[in-house]
Amino acid sequence: MRDELEQVTSEGVARVRAATNLEELRAAEQELLGKRSPLATFNQRLGSLPVEERKEAGRRANEARSALQAAIEECRLALAKDDRRRRLEAERLDLTEVIPGRGRGHLHLVTQTRDELEDLFIGMGYQVAEGPEAEDDWHNFEALNMPPAHPARSMWDTIYLDLGEPESVLLRTHTSPVQIRVMQSQAPPIYAVMPGRCYRYETPDPRHLAVFNQIEGLVVDKGITFGDLAGTIETFTNGYFGPGIHSRLRPSYFPFTEPSAEFEVTCIFCEGAGCRVCSQTGWIELGGCGMVHPNVLRSGGIDPEEWTGFAFGFGIDRLAQIRHQVDDMRDFLVNDIRFIEQF
Amino acid sequence: MRVPLSWLKDFAPIEAETAALVDAFNELGLVVDGVTEIDAVDESVVVARVLQTREHPDADKVQLVDVDAGGEQLQIVCGAFNFGPGDLVPVARTGTTLPNGLTIERRQVRGQWSEGMLCSAAELGLSDDHSGILVLAVDAEPGVPLRKALAMEPDVVFELDVTPNRPDAMSVIGVARDLAAKLDVPFSLPDVPELPSGDSPASITVKAKDMSPRFTGLVLEGVSVRPSPAWLARRLTLAGMRPINNVVDVSNYVMLELGQPNHPYDLSRLPGGGLLVRRGKQNETVTTLDDVPRAVGPDDCLICDAEGAPVGIGGVMGGASSEISETTTTVLLETAYFDPMSIARTARRLGLRTEASARFERGVDYGGIERAVARFIALIEEVAGAHPVGGLTDVSGKLPKPARPVVRTRRVNEILGTALTGDDVRRYLEPIGFECAPARGGWRVTIPSWRPDSELEVDVIEEVARHHGYSNIPRTVPLSPEVGRLTPYQRDRRRVREILSGAGLSEAWTTAFLGPVDLEKAGLSTEAVHVHNPLDHAEPLLRPSMLPGMLRAVATNARHQNPDVRLFEVGRVFAPPPAGDVLPTEREMIAVALAGADAAEAVRVWDVLCGTLRLERVTAEASERPGMHPTRAARLRASGEEVGEIGEVDPDVLSAYEIEGRVGWFAVDLQRLLAAPRRPTVFHPVSRFPASDIDLAFVVDDSTPAAAVEDCLRESGGELLVDVRLFDVFRGPQLGEGKRSLAYRLRFNALDHTLTDEEVGEVRARCIDAVQASLPATLRG
Repeated sequence: MRDELEQVTSEGVARVRAATNLEELRAAEQELLGKRSPLATFNQRLGSLPVEERKEAGRRANEARSALQAAIEECRLALAKDDRRRRLEAERLDLTEVIPGRGRGHLHLVTQTRDELEDLFIGMGYQVAEGPEAEDDWHNFEALNMPPAHPARSMWDTIYLDLGEPESVLLRTHTSPVQIRVMQSQAPPIYAVMPGRCYRYETPDPRHLAVFNQIEGLVVDKGITFGDLAGTIETFTNGYFGPGIHSRLRPSYFPFTEPSAEFEVTCIFCEGAGCRVCSQTGWIELGGCGMVHPNVLRSGGIDPEEWTGFAFGFGIDRLAQIRHQVDDMRDFLVNDIRFIEQF
Repeated sequence: MRVPLSWLKDFAPIEAETAALVDAFNELGLVVDGVTEIDAVDESVVVARVLQTREHPDADKVQLVDVDAGGEQLQIVCGAFNFGPGDLVPVARTGTTLPNGLTIERRQVRGQWSEGMLCSAAELGLSDDHSGILVLAVDAEPGVPLRKALAMEPDVVFELDVTPNRPDAMSVIGVARDLAAKLDVPFSLPDVPELPSGDSPASITVKAKDMSPRFTGLVLEGVSVRPSPAWLARRLTLAGMRPINNVVDVSNYVMLELGQPNHPYDLSRLPGGGLLVRRGKQNETVTTLDDVPRAVGPDDCLICDAEGAPVGIGGVMGGASSEISETTTTVLLETAYFDPMSIARTARRLGLRTEASARFERGVDYGGIERAVARFIALIEEVAGAHPVGGLTDVSGKLPKPARPVVRTRRVNEILGTALTGDDVRRYLEPIGFECAPARGGWRVTIPSWRPDSELEVDVIEEVARHHGYSNIPRTVPLSPEVGRLTPYQRDRRRVREILSGAGLSEAWTTAFLGPVDLEKAGLSTEAVHVHNPLDHAEPLLRPSMLPGMLRAVATNARHQNPDVRLFEVGRVFAPPPAGDVLPTEREMIAVALAGADAAEAVRVWDVLCGTLRLERVTAEASERPGMHPTRAARLRASGEEVGEIGEVDPDVLSAYEIEGRVGWFAVDLQRLLAAPRRPTVFHPVSRFPASDIDLAFVVDDSTPAAAVEDCLRESGGELLVDVRLFDVFRGPQLGEGKRSLAYRLRFNALDHTLTDEEVGEVRARCIDAVQASLPATLRG
């Protein structure tokens, strides 16, 4: 009887292990542990055994059942694993053969530059102000301390519109008229940047566009100084270009600021050592700035004895051109997707 | 303005290195655009005396010249013939390297030895005169190095970019004065003789005193017109002017040195023996020195002979008729002050910018005329042997008065952020001629006549800042009292760009200027704002629509094998001003062009945009629109207001732009769109109970918009209907001509229970009834 059980167990385990799929395993299980299995028959016969043997035989029968169950379970796991491997193998996908989707589009490089500049000044507590692109002579020139026939007007070659009196309506030559509009519409303190499109009667070339984008800054508050201007330009320069890039101011002339300055930044390519881009000077000229002229504050309805202010401005396109080494600025307006998608 | 260092040194003992000078100029705002180092002429170029000239036996374009080069006789083959025995000429001996890089060697020319080279002024870098050998008008022994004979030293020429506010820096003395103050060295003006007195033989009449508030004349006799001496020619050349003859050169020299333009006339060629200054007449013409006849008018100041015939345009350019020539013996010198504004207007209108007009329009030193005349007299005596006859005729009108602002020390520091004392302020101002007299809180400053740009206290503060040094002002950063942020509109505009780029569109920047042809090709009206002076005569209009620009961009890309670009632009369009307004109407638009895609694709992009912006009640009604496909276009409305258009571009327009395939399009007024009501961002509970989906298909006439079916379903579905989605459109012969089947999936859900079959059946029936009752539609069985 003992031999019989050992035989059932060893044959049963072999039978289980011979199963090649879950179907066969289920058949084997039925055969080895089902109602008509040798173990079931053996159990039925237990009652006929003497009491002293019955206990021992029962224990052995249970052992045999456990051994078979363990073998079945082991085999089931192995087969399930095999089965899963086969199923998933059939789903194998080469992830490099995927046909690309349409993908994301690209913002214009000038927009990206403008957004970045706006964000930098927003971080410094500035608002973003806007104004019309078609302006009257008063906002574009006269309010900016350039009365009619002022020689400095020739610094801006102007595109005029056939509206109103001759030369009374024009396309703004700079974003400065927005300064006036901001001052007229809100009381100081004013901390604002004014990005926007400007127009000049100039033949476009690789470094100039007739239609271009400028950003202007205006601060009017109590006790604003030229030192504040220089410090703000430096903060902007470090923030935009990185810590190794500095700014310097040198005297210049604009009718709407006094004192006036050009501002330059360390050449971002040679970091001041001198290279082709900066004509060996180590500096790149970026824009103009200065203390708001008292006459301009008055045009904006602000008392220059009570409030002082500074303003600065530079070309967004030019900045993008320098930073991204675009050879010809006119490419900004071609809208060739091969250009747009580079940024 | 090109300024030779040697010339600056005439007025100030400047010792600094070139690099330090460049820094000083930059700090002064006299930005250095370029620096040219001039080498001295080589020591081995010496003065030689011509002994004799002989024909070359085998060549007729050159001659043989025997010269005495200082105790040594040389034979030289020379191609110039402008000299003779006894003349002094420069000879470059063998071994010399000339400024142009040529090294002189002993060589044979057609069998004759040449033991050096006789040089022209150009070959020595003295001027650009190539016309012959430089015949020296100096008292020197043969063999003396030329640089010693002509006192030529190495030089440095600074090219300065002078801003329009600095008339003084258009002169050597003005630059020297500013630089000397910056370097803290003394500055002195050139020594000049006293002016002669007495009646002038020439008559001066000024009828336009407003345009020429000061006009002077002086007669000089005994003029011998000839080429200028080398030193004079050299300075003019270094300063960028071409030497012409001694009289004209002295005139230019005085202008460059003192900043005072002046004009010498041949008195014998002035009918009536004098000058008359008047306004131009209507339709008057003046032929200027450059032989160009120029139309002038009452806004231009004319210089005329005493009989009234124009001989020049005052302050801009002289005329040819009274020009100095080789036969001139008597000169009438004009030295005047012209009104800057009127010169600027004339120069601008005539498109004629000259050295003179550049100075007059900035404002010359009306107080410096005597010095300029005296300097002219001294120089013309030296180089042309002339002397004045009679005194200076001086006709003055109303001249500007020097401003005398009070400059408060407190204000200086308030504007600059410095801690300067009153003495500091004076220390910066007095060396540049700004006189300081004590006044309450600071100084009463008398602005010098050569700085007409400076007028107000703040102008003087700029002078203090320049001489203190911008880089010496401590940097501080002011703190904004407010949080910086974009306005809601600006934020949304950025979101629009992000949404569209996320949807696969790239941003274009198209032209603001269009031609009528561009609009006609796009099927649009040519009514637009006109540009008075267009950059391109073919494009005189400000764009009233983004369509032409976007189509151009699509066509450009198609030409480069990218026929399926998806582009958008955010930009302004312009319309003529409404009655009573002066400025045109500007509207900020979003335009979308989807090349190779149809109207449905445009709608899909539009839906993404509206959905993300939570725009409510945006509708599209079929409508014919200029430039758009007549049966595939709709008017967009947000809350009833028209905001734009959507659909496809008209195929005829596309072929006019040479675009193949379809182009999906929408253009929307961004301000109006963003002003439309938005779905509030308030939590809406979601059901925990399972939903029931049912599908309904209706057969509907093509003329009935699907939107009407959907609206009807939503309305009749009530609260239980949580979603309606069109999932299939089918056309086929079994439905009949002009009909299609629209299949919708409706999802019903209640917040508080699982819907029973009866409830779903009831609402389903309600939806079907409503659609069939209110629209020509039948449920598809």
